[in-house]
Amino acid sequence: MAKANAVLSVRGVTKRFGGLVAVNSMDFDVAEHEVLGLIGPNGSGKTTMMNLISGAFGVTSGHISLQGARISGLSAQAINRRGIGRTFQLVRLLPSLSVLENVIAGAVFGHRRRWGIDAEDYAHKMLVRVGLESMAYAPVTSLTYIDQKRLELARVLASDPEVLLLDEWLAGLNPTELETGIELIHGLRADGRTVILVEHVMDAIRSLCDRCVVMNSGAKIAEGTPGEVLADREVIRAYLGDDDA
Amino acid sequence: MRSDEIRNMLLAVAGLGLAALLPLTGNGYYLAIGVTIAMYAALATSWALFSGPTHYISLATGAFFGLGTYVVALGIDHIPYVVLLLIALVAGAVAAGLVGLATLRLSGVYFVIFTLGLAEMVRQVVTWIQNNWSGHRGLYVLTDITEEIIYWELLGVVALVYLVGWWIGRSRLGFALRIIGNDEVVAAHSGINTARSKVLLFMVSGMAASLTGAILAPRWTYIEPTMAFSPLLSFQIVIMALLGGTNRLWGPLVGVIPFTLLWEAISANFPNQTTLLLGVCFLLIVYAIPHGIVGRIEALARALKERGA
Repeated sequence: MAKANAVLSVRGVTKRFGGLVAVNSMDFDVAEHEVLGLIGPNGSGKTTMMNLISGAFGVTSGHISLQGARISGLSAQAINRRGIGRTFQLVRLLPSLSVLENVIAGAVFGHRRRWGIDAEDYAHKMLVRVGLESMAYAPVTSLTYIDQKRLELARVLASDPEVLLLDEWLAGLNPTELETGIELIHGLRADGRTVILVEHVMDAIRSLCDRCVVMNSGAKIAEGTPGEVLADREVIRAYLGDDDA
Repeated sequence: MRSDEIRNMLLAVAGLGLAALLPLTGNGYYLAIGVTIAMYAALATSWALFSGPTHYISLATGAFFGLGTYVVALGIDHIPYVVLLLIALVAGAVAAGLVGLATLRLSGVYFVIFTLGLAEMVRQVVTWIQNNWSGHRGLYVLTDITEEIIYWELLGVVALVYLVGWWIGRSRLGFALRIIGNDEVVAAHSGINTARSKVLLFMVSGMAASLTGAILAPRWTYIEPTMAFSPLLSFQIVIMALLGGTNRLWGPLVGVIPFTLLWEAISANFPNQTTLLLGVCFLLIVYAIPHGIVGRIEALARALKERGA
């Protein structure tokens, strides 16, 4: 089911860690301006899949391509420069840099490169975009949890990625923060960003995703709109066990 | 340039100008201490250019320093001195580049041990070659280069290191190094070529150490591997840089001056316990002032400012 306008294509991708097959011959496409949900129970290989796309790990077999050009086998920095930006499951910030410098870090070396005043202006824009402008000159250590998540997102947005990978970006937020978070990602959607998100929060998946790919034990078990896949018997079995299916 | 940068630049030029007047005092003892301070300043500042932002502790300073010394010792009878200095620069860059490439995958304590082992290995190899093939242990460096000239040359190296450090600090390379020091995974995922940035900076510090060694060779006149590739030197440089603080370009200098004077006093009064006392100094620094004197001063200044506000 290759699509003509696929920005990112994953074909037959497998990742083994010794005897363990963490990702097993995955196939899927992401179209431009699409928000794709990558979901599945814990340990199903979602984060490994993200790590393969971003280049944190190399694939064992298969290939991943961005706008038709192969990116699997490249280093993480080369993949970032071609236009893939990611956040991490456990937020990763640069603690000895200021909030603004954290965002500039994303703008200087990545997909669209800026430097000096240009990078600074753009970083300010990204901080406004995620609602963190008032903290621009604060130390990173003074940020609340959701603000840390916002900052990480701003850093990734600063490189203006073609495809944005959000790894459980909404995890660990309280109900009010969650609402803010969902709204923010809705905004990215409206901006026309192409996003792959790994998520456990079902409300978020229903309201944000155009399409979902469901993984279980490293393999794809379903694909479709959130409504379709969440009603799928095999998906329910994967999440809840045989008795409830 | 911003106004504070111009001010710092003027201060640095004035400081160097003043330091350059030292030989005019005609006091040989002051000049000898001046040479030692200038040497340590060049080594510790260039060491901190790499190890400060990345937190990779290198104990290879002695190896690069010895390399420069040996370039001069081997070539002094055949090649003009100025050309030897250039060769030492290139040799330092090549050696540091090779070490950098070999240690790319090492971090933390593994990197420290590797660099320490490297310096030791080079020393052993040079000793072995000299014992087996040249028939004598040391080399003579006989020139008419005076202590004053060596001192001025070293001041030149210090100025060069400061200039390069200042330029790196405002370049993309310097920014990349700070990001790498914070989180290498984030650095790689932000498009930074982490390997290239680290190796480049390591080469800069290797070049400075090698050049410093080359300049000091004529001072010793007789050169042996144990002196040239001294592991003690590598440790001293780390201690001085940490004592001063590595977050500012001028931080190591703040450590070099008191340390040199202290070391002078220790080796004059306790010639047999110098290594022991060096270890005690190291412990005290790490426990009492982990961010160096500069870090301490800045923390105090912040506290005063907050109390005033």
